Amino acid sequence: MFSVADHLLHVEGEALPRDVSADAVRTVLATGAACRAPVSGAVYGTLLNDRNALEALGDAVNAPPYKAPPRAPILYLKPRNTLAGHRARVTVPGSEGVEVGASLGIVIGRTAARVAAHDAFAYIAGYTLVADISVPHASVYRPSVRFRARDNFCVIGPAVVARRHVADPDRLAIAVNMEGRPAFGATTASCVRGVAQLLADVTDFMTLAPGDVITLGVPHGAPVVQAGERARLAIGDWASLEIEFVAPGAAPGARA
Amino acid sequence: MMRGRVAYAGAIHDATPEGSRVRLADGRVREEHEVVWLAPFEPGTIFALGLNYAEHAKELQFSKQEEPLVFLKGPGSVIGHRGTTRRPAGVTFMHYECELAVVIGRTAQNVQREHAMQYVAGYTIANDYAIRDYLENYYRPNLRVKNRDGGTVLGPWFVEAADIADVNALGLRTYVNGELRQNGNTRDFVTGIAELIEYLSGFMTLAPGDVILTGTPEGVVNVNAGDEVVCEIDGLGRLVNTIASDADYGR
Repeated sequence: MFSVADHLLHVEGEALPRDVSADAVRTVLATGAACRAPVSGAVYGTLLNDRNALEALGDAVNAPPYKAPPRAPILYLKPRNTLAGHRARVTVPGSEGVEVGASLGIVIGRTAARVAAHDAFAYIAGYTLVADISVPHASVYRPSVRFRARDNFCVIGPAVVARRHVADPDRLAIAVNMEGRPAFGATTASCVRGVAQLLADVTDFMTLAPGDVITLGVPHGAPVVQAGERARLAIGDWASLEIEFVAPGAAPGARA
Repeated sequence: MMRGRVAYAGAIHDATPEGSRVRLADGRVREEHEVVWLAPFEPGTIFALGLNYAEHAKELQFSKQEEPLVFLKGPGSVIGHRGTTRRPAGVTFMHYECELAVVIGRTAQNVQREHAMQYVAGYTIANDYAIRDYLENYYRPNLRVKNRDGGTVLGPWFVEAADIADVNALGLRTYVNGELRQNGNTRDFVTGIAELIEYLSGFMTLAPGDVILTGTPEGVVNVNAGDEVVCEIDGLGRLVNTIASDADYGR
């Protein structure tokens, strides 16, 4: 069972998540608390669900190795070793940096199989922010699993926001702020498939379980950061998700 | 030691073989068909290998790889022994893949291949279905091909590593309606188990319950609704699955 009445927040060091108001979340986070990921189910990432990303590929979708534009949603798993929470430290493996894909996470509340688009919201417990981190890679043909599956490469939270607080998930502003350079901005409004259609198309062939998360997709042009940088991600007016990027050997997984 | 997990009379039980029957942890002995078979353990991260047998790679016209072709599968796709897997109406090529599944027993980080087998808890059989009609060239193999409900069959038993004398010399066979269609041996791995653990643990932490499906040999053929597919591996048993039609699922 997975359920959220208000805002689900799992403060590091506490046995169970709290389910509290937005104000209470801000009060806890203002003390500098680190958090665990507020979910523990399977996490699926979605790719090329931003019209801008498809436009950028242009005619390449018809040329080898792709040969045709995508039809079904393009998905991948973020395995359990990647899950981390607010104020995680993420190791940047090399000089190419890491891409910080700030995405809306759709958190499943009821077993979702063969969901119709018009009914899809009934299966959603809430939403969260997923920092889908990857080693930059140009080809989306058959990328190595090591680009997206490194430890702590999926930072989630700080909280799960109950569905009733989110009037229109297909019209949310996404921002990634880094010190000393321009912020990155995107919106869920540029998605090829909106939240309901994505759930319908995915659950036609794979069932999602309560507590599972599927992202609406990484926005096109997501920023690349280097070790030593910090990023603050936000969706709408939700509490922001903070990540510290560190060089290898700097105690990966420890908290900032 | 072989262990299974079955549902019987309102509860989930650990089970062990008792001749051709199963003994539940509480002492009850039942026929194989009287219980519902679950995957023999709750899988953590599920890794699967593409093209890890030389002849199968040739069959699919692939050339040499720079690194192992690993993809991930979700827990929702997993079913147990004697389960059913749906074949959508209208597809032309749905096939089984009999694979040795390697179960991780200890947290593994940056493990060298010469120590890697210490991190293996044991083995089971996997049947990793694919529907090639749905193959698209983005993030291959895409999940609509490889992560379908019922598409990852595991079991019947989890077999402890110590009980398998040489895991690199196990025969794998698949029978469709009793006819031998796939016949390979783990000695033909392109990337062996120890090397796979070294590779994966080099960039991510493996944990107990994580499972590596080590790829399938040549001999995959289309299966149709009603077919019985039996995957067999030396020392691990026989994993039975039946292909079901859309009608069975109310489609």
